[in-house]
Formats: sequence, C-alpha cells, structure tokens
Amino acid sequence: MTIDFLNQAKSGDRRSLARILSALENGTLGIEHALSVLGPVPSPLQDEWQTLAVTGAPGVGKSCLLDGLLRSWAEKGLRVAVLAVDPSSPRTGGALLGDRVRMTVVDDVDLNQLIYLRSVATRKASGSVPVIVEDMTKVLLALGWQKVIIETVGAGQSEVRCAALADRIVVVEGPARGDGIQAEKAGLLELADAVLVNKSDLPGAELHADEIRESFELGVGNAPPVCLTSALQKSGISEAAEMLLDLSSSGRSERARWRERLLAHHERKILESPKLDDLLVKLAKGSILLDEALDIIGGTNDE
Amino acid sequence: MSEPWRIVVAKPGLDGHDRGAKVVARALRDAGNEVIYTGLRRSAQQIVDTVRDEDARFLGLSSLSGAHQHLFPKVCELLKQQGLNDVIVFGGGIIPVDDREPLYACGIRAIFGPGTPTSEILEFIEHSTQLENTGVGQDSDWHWTSSS
Repeated sequence: MTIDFLNQAKSGDRRSLARILSALENGTLGIEHALSVLGPVPSPLQDEWQTLAVTGAPGVGKSCLLDGLLRSWAEKGLRVAVLAVDPSSPRTGGALLGDRVRMTVVDDVDLNQLIYLRSVATRKASGSVPVIVEDMTKVLLALGWQKVIIETVGAGQSEVRCAALADRIVVVEGPARGDGIQAEKAGLLELADAVLVNKSDLPGAELHADEIRESFELGVGNAPPVCLTSALQKSGISEAAEMLLDLSSSGRSERARWRERLLAHHERKILESPKLDDLLVKLAKGSILLDEALDIIGGTNDE
Repeated sequence: MSEPWRIVVAKPGLDGHDRGAKVVARALRDAGNEVIYTGLRRSAQQIVDTVRDEDARFLGLSSLSGAHQHLFPKVCELLKQQGLNDVIVFGGGIIPVDDREPLYACGIRAIFGPGTPTSEILEFIEHSTQLENTGVGQDSDWHWTSSS
C-alpha cells in the first residue's frame, strides 16, 4: 500500500505526497524506507539554502508575508513547498490550522502547480516546530521541491527550535514591539540570518528596523540584512523575496543549531518511546519519582 | 492514543457568514481533531485542492446563501474526478429538508441544520468511520439522520 503511494508521489501525484506526509507524522512510515523508494535528498548547490524557517511572534504577519513571498518565488518558476505549523491543544490534542486562510496564492490557478502548502500541527512536541518536520522536508526535497519553507508557530524570544531544522532563519518583526532594549535582549534575533520588519505601513516600523540594525552592528561578524515590508500594501515584498533567495548563513549560530538538533532528537526519542504513556500515568499517581522515570525512559538509546 | 482526524471545513461560493463554520470547527478541534479552515468564498476546485494537499479524511461544507444545490454537488463531482472517493463529506447551514435528498444522492453523508448540537456532529464523525464505504465516491446509500 505505502509503496504504491511512494511510487505515485514520485510520478507527481499530490494526493500520494499528502498521504506520505501523514504517514510520517503518524509514525507508520520511516524516513529511510521513504527515501529508499523516492531517491536521495539532493545536495544543495554551494552556498544555497534548501530550507528556510520563517518565525516571529504571533500576529506579526508571518502568513500574509509568506503569501507574498511565495507569489514572487513562483513567478520566477521556483517549486516551493510550505510546512505551516500551528499549535495543538495540550489538553485535547486538537488543532485549528488556519494558515491557509491567509495564503491565497495557493488558489491562483496560474501558480498553484508550483506551490505545495501543508498545515502541520505540533502534536505532542514542545517548541514552535515539531521535529517530524525534518523528515517531511526530506521527502519534499527528494520529490523535487526546490525550496521548503517552514512557518513556525508564533514564537517568543527564547523559541529557537527552528534552528535545528532549517538552513536559514528569517525572523519577522513588527512595529511598536517595544523600545531599543527589546532588540538588545538575547534570544531568537541572535540566530536570525535576516529580519523582515513587517507592517511598515504603520508608524514605528522604521524606528524598530533601525534599532535592530544598531543592535546587530554591536555584535561580531556580518550583520544580517534588515528589511521593511508591508504584506498589506504589498510593498518591499519582491525585494525581500529576492534578498532571501541569495541569503547566506550568518554563521553565528552553528553551535546553537547543533544544540537544538540534539535537544529536538532527544525529545523525539522520549515522545516516541512505548514506555511514555505508562510513565506519565505513574508520575501523575505519584507511584514513581521523576528521576526514576528519567532512568527508565533513557532517551539516548533506541530501546 | 489514536492519531487525530484531519478535517477540512470550507465555505464555498459567495457567502460571508461563517459563524456556524467556526462553531463547528471549534467543536471538532476540542474533540481532538486537526481542523483546517479554508476561509470564506472558496471555489469548488480550491476546496478540492485543499482536501487533496492536506490529506483530509473529512470535508465539512457550510452554506447559508441558498446556493448549496449548485455548489455542494460540484464539490462532490470534483472530489470523485480526482480520485478522492474515500473522503467523507458532510454539510450544514440553511438547507431546507426538501433539498437534502439530492445532496445525499451525490454522496454527502450528513446535513446539519441550525440548532444541531455539536455533539451530534461528533457522533456522526465517530459513526461514519466505523461503517464501510461512507466516502463521497463509494457505493453506499447510508446517510446520517440529523435532528434538525
């Protein structure tokens, strides 16, 4: 059954592609098996990126901005896939995945053959991106999608998990998000390879962009580009799209990336452990201690 | 724990009323499903593309504009054309009882009118996955008998 889907996806069938991504999410298909049929993930050319994380606080306009960027890239003939992540309820496990509402470019009949948009719920994973996105990305690249964009859950200052999964990170900011000190605080902005200050039609956007630039200049290494965009008025979008295509890594974050990768994979092993449910029940009842649970679950071995 | 169902909730055609669709989306979400909302004024083709790309198991169509007799069958037809026969389709909104038979005949498995408790929609979701051949293009005469 799965082998049929893999072969059909290889010949371009989008339903089969969608099914493969679900199978990865549900843990019924392993990435090694998928790639053994689909072929290897192509290597990037020189300094080009294949995966880009678009992150930033809730409501800064990530989805609307991405809609405009996708249009620019598709008009150049690039095949771009998007994994748009929204949070799952920690209480019920349900999710409302609403990024499609904003990304109307997928409804454009002239361009939608070049764009694949898939909504992804975080499910049990912590952080702004579930680590399964890494496997989904590999499948998309192996199927010939040239760029994979990961739109994270609206993320706070310390939410840097996307660094584990993407070649480049774009942080979307907005005006009136605090004074210059906010731009000086440690966290997400330090890992940015570029910053887009969206809603440039509102007052305060230029000032905020300047504060971020200033903050970058105080640091070491090359300062990442900071651009103004307005998804609403569609200004600065095509310039930003162009800039992002040639974006090189700021190179400031190799160590942080590997730390996030390590943490993400460690968490995945714990979440996928067959012992997890039983341990949670015992912990909630108070019949074992946290340290005992950690010893049992390990997380560094497959078993 | 079983994996959540993926459910597309869609508003076809020129219809700006989405309170009902949002209430249903919320109830489905709170029952542990992953709900993909399309937003307003989608064409039949756009809805079917969404169902395909999102690998949805269910499609819920909401219409309050009176165009259900045109739009719902169109969506069903396109789903079948694209081989999405196993997707389970349900509808809701202002849909007079006399209009419902032809919609069931297209493969829609439930129509929910105003006043339907959301728990009934959840029962339908649960029940329809336990039966065989409840997809839009599958051979079955079964449909849910709704309370309103």
